[in-house]
Amino acid sequence: MYKKVYALLLLLFCGFTGMQVHAQDSTGQLRTVDSASAQRIEMADQLRSNGKIYVVVVVVIIILLGLILYVTRLDRKISRLEKEVSRDK
Amino acid sequence: MLRQNWWKILCVVLLIYTFVAGFLGSVPARPILNETIRNYYFHIAMWFSMMIFFIISLVYSIKYLRSNNHIFDIYALEYAKTGIVFGALGLATGSAWAGFTWGAFWSNDPKQLGAVVALLIYLAYLVLRNSMTDVDKRARIGAVYNIFAFAMLFPTIWIIPRMVESLHPGGAGNPAINADWRIRIIFWPGAMPGWTLLGVWITSLRIRLQMLAEQRHH
Repeated sequence: MYKKVYALLLLLFCGFTGMQVHAQDSTGQLRTVDSASAQRIEMADQLRSNGKIYVVVVVVIIILLGLILYVTRLDRKISRLEKEVSRDK
Repeated sequence: MLRQNWWKILCVVLLIYTFVAGFLGSVPARPILNETIRNYYFHIAMWFSMMIFFIISLVYSIKYLRSNNHIFDIYALEYAKTGIVFGALGLATGSAWAGFTWGAFWSNDPKQLGAVVALLIYLAYLVLRNSMTDVDKRARIGAVYNIFAFAMLFPTIWIIPRMVESLHPGGAGNPAINADWRIRIIFWPGAMPGWTLLGVWITSLRIRLQMLAEQRHH
């Protein structure tokens, strides 16, 4: 139980450090430099405005979930085997 | 801890966050890198997780040497194996990334060479173990070698590549710590723990399988 709390606290801490940096950056200077250089640097903005990038995200998530399902089933199989072994003893 | 489920669910949630926010979130516009900067959530996370697995492996090797408990040896071995897999993936993804940003898939960059040497030293750990048939001897020498292999990470990954000129960013320190905040809010709470937990999950399965196999022999 304590481990769970620690993990959550760690997670929150990471999130907060991220947000603090966000607050610092939004004071202005850095961002203007960034948006000025963004005009010259080619990014996949077109891809995003057309909505096509969402297709890639969907595909990647399907693959991720498929692999997770595979690992989960392996996990269950090993658990079942462990139960059998401990019963035989 | 190993057989509980909450951290596996956490792992899946974090990875989904990494993929969705990693692809859709805003990233800083940098010349040459362009959208490939999103590799932060994948390539760098591989190396980070690898280091964590090697640290865990080291801890278990020391625990083995202190207690002679055979289970600790299994833990050390399996974490080292997962570390090697993640390291190999980091090398392959780095090479692919370099192919499109540095102009060559392999350019004998100090960071690339250092990473290869470090991984070879860890591969030798597996070879060394397999060269011995006596279980206790294998565990003992393996544990001592594992400590040496970890010590070699310092020159090969953490010191020498940062002292010489390199194409790879992060010469002045860790590239993930000095990154833009938009990258950090996905990398630190999402990609880093997400990928690490996935590795721990797979390692825990291998450890349990190994223990089952041992029980059958006894």
